[in-house]
Parts: sequence; C-alpha cells; structure tokens
Amino acid sequence: MFNWGEYIDESLLETFEEQTGIKVNYKTFPDNETLYSTLQSSMGEYDVIIPSDYMIARMIDEEMLERIDLNNIPNYEKISDSYKHLDYDPGNEYSVPYTWGTVGLIYNTTMVSEAPTSWKALWDEQYKGQILMFDNSRDCIGIALKVLGYSFNTTDEAQIKEAVDLLIEQAPLVQAYVMDQIFDKLEVGEAAMGPYYAGDAITMMESNPDLAFVLPEEGANLFVDAMCIPKGAPNKENAEAFINFMCSDEAAVANCEYIGYSTPSDSAREKLEPELAQNPIAYPDEETLSRCETFINLPEEILKLYDSEWLRLKGAGG
Amino acid sequence: MKNRRNRILAAPYVGWMAVFVVIPLFLVVLYAFGFDSKEGFTLGNFTQIHQYAGIFANSFVLALFATAICLLLGYPAAYFLAREVPAVRRLATIIIMLPMWMNFLLRTYSWMSLLENTGLINRFLRAIHFFDLFGPEKGYFTMINTPGAVVLGMVYNFLPFMILPIFSVIDKIDNRVIEAAQDLGADSVTVFSRIIFPLSLPGVLSGITMVFIPSVSTFVISKLLGGGKTILLGDLIDMQFYGSTYNPHLGSAISLVMMVLVMAAMALMNRFGAGEEEAMLF
Amino acid sequence: MKQRRIGSRVFNLLILLFLYAPIFVLIAFSFNATKSRSVWAGFSLQWYEKLFSDSRILDALWTTLLVSVLAAALATVLGTMAAIGFYSMRRRMRGVCMTINNIPMTNADIITGVSLMLLFSFAIVSFNATLGQLLGITFRMGFATLLLAHITFNVPYVILSVMPKLRQLDPNVYEAAQDLGATGWQAFWKVILPEIMPGVVNGALIAFTMSIDDFVISYFTAGSRVSTLSMEIYSMARKRISPEINALSTLLFVSVLLLLVIINIRQFRQEKAKARKDAVLRSNP
Repeated sequence: MFNWGEYIDESLLETFEEQTGIKVNYKTFPDNETLYSTLQSSMGEYDVIIPSDYMIARMIDEEMLERIDLNNIPNYEKISDSYKHLDYDPGNEYSVPYTWGTVGLIYNTTMVSEAPTSWKALWDEQYKGQILMFDNSRDCIGIALKVLGYSFNTTDEAQIKEAVDLLIEQAPLVQAYVMDQIFDKLEVGEAAMGPYYAGDAITMMESNPDLAFVLPEEGANLFVDAMCIPKGAPNKENAEAFINFMCSDEAAVANCEYIGYSTPSDSAREKLEPELAQNPIAYPDEETLSRCETFINLPEEILKLYDSEWLRLKGAGG
Repeated sequence: MKNRRNRILAAPYVGWMAVFVVIPLFLVVLYAFGFDSKEGFTLGNFTQIHQYAGIFANSFVLALFATAICLLLGYPAAYFLAREVPAVRRLATIIIMLPMWMNFLLRTYSWMSLLENTGLINRFLRAIHFFDLFGPEKGYFTMINTPGAVVLGMVYNFLPFMILPIFSVIDKIDNRVIEAAQDLGADSVTVFSRIIFPLSLPGVLSGITMVFIPSVSTFVISKLLGGGKTILLGDLIDMQFYGSTYNPHLGSAISLVMMVLVMAAMALMNRFGAGEEEAMLF
Repeated sequence: MKQRRIGSRVFNLLILLFLYAPIFVLIAFSFNATKSRSVWAGFSLQWYEKLFSDSRILDALWTTLLVSVLAAALATVLGTMAAIGFYSMRRRMRGVCMTINNIPMTNADIITGVSLMLLFSFAIVSFNATLGQLLGITFRMGFATLLLAHITFNVPYVILSVMPKLRQLDPNVYEAAQDLGATGWQAFWKVILPEIMPGVVNGALIAFTMSIDDFVISYFTAGSRVSTLSMEIYSMARKRISPEINALSTLLFVSVLLLLVIINIRQFRQEKAKARKDAVLRSNP
C-alpha cells in the first residue's frame, strides 16, 4: 500500500486488518513523480497505489498497472457515473476512483491586505518571503501556465519555457517550495499563502480558522485520484479486497471526513456530515467546475522538458 | 602473529569487499554509460551534465564554507580541550559524541523550530523588544530557507567530525617536546606555529575530509533547512532515483562525476599536507 | 595564563551550547501539551503515552535496533578476522586491501547507498527472472539487503580500530605461546584476543553507533517493506514530525547517557584501584 502523505484515515487500516486479517504495510509518497520513480526502482513491492489521473494514464501507457477485476469489487457500483470512463482510463480497466478535488490558493486572512482572487497574488512583491509554492514540476509550472493564460496540457515548448521564466522571476519572493510541509507552515502563520489541494485546505482551516481558500479566476486543476494495482503486485487478491473495502460507504465516509477530500461515491456523499457535503470548497458548483481543467499525460519529450526546466528553476534558486 | 596461515582469515572479507564494494561501484560506472537502458551504450549522460554546472558549483561552494567554518570553530575547540585535565578531556569527548545518538534528521529538523520566522529565536528577540531597534516594519529575521541555514545545518551536523580527529592528534603530542622547545627559549606563539600546528596537520586533513565529503553530498539538510530553494548535488542524485525526475543512468553519471571531483580535491589537499598516515576519528 | 584558560573554556562552552541547543529544544517539546514545535502550551506526558501504542514507530525502532545489533556483531567478527588477515599480509597486498577497505568510509554516503541499490536491484531482478522463476521464488529488497548494506559500511570502522592494537602487539608473544605447546587456535584465543580486545570492543561500539545514526544508506537499500527509525522520521519530516518521535529520542538519549555514565564511573574506579595498587607495589619493592 503506497499512498500520499496525510491521505487516509489510518484507523481504517486497522478496521480493514480486523475484518480481513490482511496486514497492511502503509507507506507514503509526496508527489506523483516520486511515486513513479519509486515504482520504477522497486517493481513488485506494492499492492495498491493511489496516483492521480495523468499519472495513471502514463502508467497505463507504460504498462505499469495490472487490470483490476471489477467482479471482485462489488462496491464499485457505488461510484458515481461521472467518475467512470474518464479520459485517463476510458475502459475502466485499471483504476477505481478514490477521491477528487481541486487545486486552489490557500491564504491567511490576517496576513494579506486584500483577499486574492488570482494566481497573480503569488507574484505580488508585498508578500515577499511569505509565499509558498508547489514542490513538484507539474503543479508548479501549471500555475505559471495559467497565469499566462495557457493550458495545463500545452505541448508548446516555448509556452512551457515562458512559464518557467515567470517562476524564476518569482523565486526571490518564494519562502519555500513545499508539499505536505505546507500544513505546518500555513497553520502556524509561518507563511501567508500557497497553492494546495482543496481537501487539505479544509483540514487546515479546521486547525486555523484564519485560513481561506479560493479557486483563482484563471482556472485551476481538477484532479481525480484513483486506486490502482501495480504490475507484479505480490498479493493481487488482497489488493482488490482493500480497494473494495475503501469503496464501502462506511470507509468512504469516514475517510472523506478525515482527509477532507471529495468522494466519488454517490451513496457515501449522501451519508456525509451535511457541513462537509455542502461545503463549496469540497463540492464546488457547476460554474466553478467549468473553470477547471484536468491534467492529461504528456508525451515523453515534453515530460523530459518538464524535468530539465524544473531543474533550471531550482538551480537558479541558489 | 605475522603468520602466513593467518592470511586466510582475511579471505571472507576480501570476498565481501569484492561483492559489496567493488562491484557496486563498477555498476555505477556501467549505468553512467547507459548499461541496461533503452539506448544502450551512450555518453549522453555525461554530455548533459554541463546543465547542472550551477548545482555543482553551489554544492562545492556551500560545502567549502561549511568546512572552513568547522575548521575555524573546531580547531580552537580541539586545542583548548587538549589542554584540559584528563577527566575533563574524557568527559568532553563523550559530550561531543553523544548527540550522534539523537537521530541527525531530528536534530536538523529541530533547527527549523529555532530558525523559523515564527520560531524560537525570533520569538525570543521579539520578547526582548529587539526588533524595536529597527523600527516598526521589522518583525523577524529571515533565517530559515536560505543558503546560510543550509551551511549552518552542515556545520552543526559535521562539527564533531572536525573536533575529534584534531583533538586526538593534539592529545598525542608528547609534552616533553613542548617543554624542550620552551626550555630552548621558544615563546608560546613559536611553540604553536613550529610544533603543535605542524604535528596536528594529519588531524586537520582528516577533519576536512570528514566534513567536506558529507557536506558536498548531503540531500536532507538542504531539503529541511533550505526550503527546496537551494538544490545540492545530493538532492539532484536523489531526484534521479527516488525523486521527481526518474533517470538512474543520469543519476549514476552525476554520482560518478561528483566522486571523481571530490577525490581530485582530496588528493590535491593531501599533496599540500604531509598526511600519509590517516588520523583516527575515535 | 589563567585568564586565557577562562576564555578558552567560554569558547568551548559556546560550542557545546551550539551542539546541544536543538537537542534541548527537542527534549523540551517532547513534554509539550500540543503538537506545536515552537509554542509552549503546558506540560504533558501524552506523547510518551501515544508512543507506546504507535505500532509504526515501534516497528521502526525494532528494525533499527535489530539491524544495528546484528550488523555490529557480524561486522565485528568479519572485521577482526580481516584485520588479522591483513596484518599478516605482505606490505603491497595489505596496501591494496586497506585502500579498498577505506572506500566506503571516504566515499559519500549517497554514493555507497546508490551503488548498493544498483547492485541489489540488479541482482534481484536477474535472479527473479531466471532461477527464481524456475523455483517459484521472488526476492525483494528488505531486511536482508538493509543488513548487508549496514555490515558493508561497518566493517571498515572495525578494521581501523583493531589494526593499531595489532601493531602494538609484541610479535614474539604468539610464537612463544606456540612454543609452549599451544595450538594456533589456543594461542589466538588465550593470548592475542585479550590483547586486542579494547580495539575490538571500540570497533563494535563505533559500528553500532554508525548503524543507529545512518539514514542515507538505509534509505537506498531498505526497499519498501521495512523502515528504520531514520526513514520513518524522514517521511514524517516531509510534513510534520510527531512529538512522539521527540519522546522516543529523549528516551534513547537518556538511556545512552546513563550507560556512558556507568561505564565511565567503572573505568574511573578501575583506574583509581590500579593507581593505588601501583603505589603500593612501588612502596614495597
């Protein structure tokens, strides 16, 4: 079992272990790219992984995933039709949706002069040293692409380079490039703002009510994270049992209430606490969703460009 | 004891070294040239490396700073320590080694609590109204997420590796030599510059090696204290294996180049020093 | 002169303060009532309580202790044998062996880690694809690879600490013992080993310390199923380290401190006793 940091209610693992007698070894990874590398260097180590949409597409392309036998996952029918047959896995053969959500800007209302509505706030001189940015290439460069008015999925090298130039310009203002450390930094007021996932924003706002979340006007990322079984998984049946367990209403509700992300299961959504089920951060309206764009898998040479451009940014930072 | 038959005792370890020291390094070289990759044999991984010249330069400069600071702090500390009475000396060596028992990641992480904008040092300075001296604008010093914080992390983690070898060398200097020099009319400056310092050189060289090498290749310190803004060689290598840009062949090539550069630097240094006999750390 | 001594002591105290400041912070915040690591919210022992029911941390602690003890023990045996073997070699041969032996110590940890990872994954993949398939066995990185890696970086420290003791040895003692009828094995066991024992013990201690403190090499060689304490802390540090880890480290720190104090008091007593005996012997020639 390999999951994102802070992305499951760990008591569910115990429940699952009690119910089935299957011992879960649980490990976390900070971003999709790290998950990809780790799988590459240790095939056959994991039974269940939870990558995001575009990474699932890449893994399917590179034949890194096992087909999932949906007959072993009766709870699959609970998943809403809007999360079946999505672009990244049109045949529904390799993945079972885990959660979905958006990426927006989280900010501390006591530390900004006016509420930001645009990604451009991240380039605002007055917040020098108070800005956090994503520490992964796809999300970070994606934001700059949106500021420039381009698509997340552009394959135009010049646009990507322009976006990275913009990020290099921003670098002196940035306090740190972070992933999950953002929880710690925003909760205590160490930084004023940073982009992150909506579900995590809800978690953070529980511990610091000064925080707020906005989906910037330029548009944002809509993602679906799904459970997959990597090639060569040693215990495929246990993996399917686990996926089925996570789709059950009981587990899905408990999990979403714990991590704050949105559930793809209709029946689970009905059973959520109303406070969360009606939270516009977790379940934005149609109009907001129409501004969002999903990541798709990029061709290999563009991925290479992302890697080298990302290092160009990081190398310039010192 | 220098018995021919006893040589056989080394056999298991010689085999071990062949499998777990020599072959792995050989594999690094092979991978760097594209072994086991789609392209087959290639020099491409090396020709790409010039892109990372900035990161190489960064790592070497920061590691040099850290080593110089360690030497400036560590040499006097070791020297003063060696002049104490034996009981103090023994206690002090233990005290210097003891932090190693507290996980180094955790100790480094703890510096975050001290250095952050809302951290303990800034809180303390605010409490004593220190920032009032700078007018109302200033509320904190920016210490974390800077190259300075990374150097501090290196100095902090590796300072004991500078103090201990220097100390153990100075400690072994025969007191009679110093007394003889004094009897012959040498003042304390002369005693230091003509006797103690030259005799302590092996310790200094081994200290420099033991600070510089881990500093230049660290990848955790820069992540924790540098805020992902200062990428060092260690980070770059980590990224190729477990990080966001998977490419073990490039990673091997970078490792190889780093290893060669470090070895060259060390060889150069050892030519200047007299140290053919390595000083012991403990 | 006296003033200078005060100056030097102040300097050394400042160095110690620098080395210990973060440790004091760590210990202090293990007693904090909240999760925060910079705001004090009152005294509490809750993190100590939680620690003892946290199976992930306790598993990692167990792995760390097990791998350190096993690696130190095996490395001590292997290293002591190798040191004697090297010592008996001709100068040229010994030089070659010592140079290779020094590689893991002078190489950056990350290179040792990466190179071992390449070896393990290459060996495992080739095995699983061939012989493993025939026999129906699949190997994976795990405790075994972790242990092999730890032994590899521990042995050089053992050799370096045993070697000087061998050089100090009177070369005739061993022959003398054999002349008196001892077998080679007896001579080693009764004569040589007691003489080099301090070096062996010292080597074992260094090896154990290195294993406990290691992160980089474990990170590259442990695979996905086992974690050492360092690896667990690293994955936590990407987000927020639970004060349970502070509590655990405090406990480890205090136990090592006690151990060292006890050893030193014993040593001190022994030395005093020996000094007294010497004095008595000298006064009654």
